[in-house]
Amino acid sequence: MRKKQTGAASGISFETDRSRWTAPLRDLLHHNKIAVVSAVIILLLVLAACLAPVLTPYGETQMDLMNRLSPPSAKHWLGTDEGGRDILTRMLYGSRISLMVGIVPSLLSLVLGTALGMLAGFRGGKTDAVIMRAADIMLAFPSILLAMVIMYTLGGDLPAVFLTLTLVNWAEVARITRAETLRLKENEYVEAARVIGVSRMRIMLRHILPNCLPTLIVLFTLNVPAAIMTESSLSFLGLGIQPPYASWGRMINIGRQYLYTAPWLCFAPGAAIMVCVLAFHFLGDGLRDALDPHLKKR
Amino acid sequence: MLNTFVRRLGQAVIVLLAVALLLFVMLRIIPGNPVTTMMGEHADSATIERMTREMGLDQPILTQFFQYLLGAVRGDFGTSYSLKKPVAELMGAALGNTVKLAVFASLFAWVTGILCGVLAAVRKNSIPDRLFMGFSLLGVSMPVFVTAMVLQYVFGYLLRWLPISGAESWTSFILPAIALGWNSAGSIARLVRSTLLGVLEEDYIDTARAKGRTPLGVLTRHALRNAMLPVITMMAIQFSGLLSGAVITETVFSINGIGQLTVRAISGRDIPLMQGTVLFAVTIVILGNLAADSLYSVLDPRIRKGG
Repeated sequence: MRKKQTGAASGISFETDRSRWTAPLRDLLHHNKIAVVSAVIILLLVLAACLAPVLTPYGETQMDLMNRLSPPSAKHWLGTDEGGRDILTRMLYGSRISLMVGIVPSLLSLVLGTALGMLAGFRGGKTDAVIMRAADIMLAFPSILLAMVIMYTLGGDLPAVFLTLTLVNWAEVARITRAETLRLKENEYVEAARVIGVSRMRIMLRHILPNCLPTLIVLFTLNVPAAIMTESSLSFLGLGIQPPYASWGRMINIGRQYLYTAPWLCFAPGAAIMVCVLAFHFLGDGLRDALDPHLKKR
Repeated sequence: MLNTFVRRLGQAVIVLLAVALLLFVMLRIIPGNPVTTMMGEHADSATIERMTREMGLDQPILTQFFQYLLGAVRGDFGTSYSLKKPVAELMGAALGNTVKLAVFASLFAWVTGILCGVLAAVRKNSIPDRLFMGFSLLGVSMPVFVTAMVLQYVFGYLLRWLPISGAESWTSFILPAIALGWNSAGSIARLVRSTLLGVLEEDYIDTARAKGRTPLGVLTRHALRNAMLPVITMMAIQFSGLLSGAVITETVFSINGIGQLTVRAISGRDIPLMQGTVLFAVTIVILGNLAADSLYSVLDPRIRKGG
């Protein structure tokens, strides 16, 4: 806490300090156990997604009609679905889709939102007005409805899902990056760079962007669970990822008709979504406290 | 102050028009003639052509848009392709359930959110504090449909206390309201807790205590009054969110409301219905934001003066 205050008070020294990354991260490691545990859980999830074929003896679509809807057992840890497929196996493969759907669009919207936000904040005037009004329009849609309409227009394959979630999320990023840029623009070192004739592009990339990074990292960590939630909602409504892929949301959508006879079909992937979302959430929270005291909870 | 409001209202109308145009174009860039969708594959080409002309679909897209706007101002949002009824009529019939659901969900969110937030702040770091904050986190991290299905399974199926679906009596709204409102309750509780903790450190709280007010008096008369400001704004925004965002809850609990109508419109490729329902939701969100902004300046004298 003390460290942050001195940093914020002296302004420049904090933002040019080399220990800007190492010190807060060490802080995080020592004081925020939940964030560390979350990071470990995320790593394990990613590992499990990569190693899915090694971890399970069953195939993703391997049917076993003698064992339909069987409850959790030693053979099938989380039971089987309506086609006798192993739920745990489907969840492991599903984690690939769900993680990808969380990470790829969040990265894309981060790039798009940062570029537009920096441009708006740095150029001001008409550029600013146009970009920010576009962001306003996007933010006026309830995100699930916007996603539904875009999915309707684009169809249901994986790139369409990526594009949809990118379009849903960029506006928030742009807004925050713009505010950061406006704040950073006033610093003496930007002024100095401008005076000695450094080009705008270079100022943005070398002086503004690096100082936005902590905020952006936090934003990314918090956007991943939001994207996973939105995709699972879309899939639940039958609009997200289409077969043969199975995201967690899709599994719940299919399992819903067996809610009362075989509840594990819904609750196992539901729990997976929850754990994953919580892990990213806590990690984002911890990173925010450590890296970026300015960014308040959205 | 009135000036600010008028300016904000103007901006809101512009955003709404832009959203309407964007939506209009987005729903029309998909290949395929809606008339064919409506009439089925085997309609003869003369009929299709006649229908296309009658529905104004042969006009340029901007002309169509202005015709739509002119109609919308008079309360005519076109006719649903799939249900063959005026969109305004369909939405009017569904609106009641959506409003009921949003009101019940908001009540749940406000009461539990504020109570839990206050208790958590007063007993900071106690077991109830941790418990409440844990519950609120659960609300934020569970997708609505998972919460909804857990509630259905436990209270509707295992315990058989409450109806699982439908909108026949007010008891049918209890589970949907909890599922829908949990998330808001969580964020309200967290906000109440953090603002109240901030306020409790202010000097005037010490003054009030020194004057001999009871702890409850200090809490309600001095602390809560000041801590509620951001909370009220958040509640305004969330109410509009609940009103517009019940798509999933209404689907899970088979409540015939605007959200379910939206899902039906999308699965039926029903452009007028989609347009109507989505525009309704966007209007509500924009109005909610406007209300929140205005509320803030009405309630906070510092902003009121600054304009």
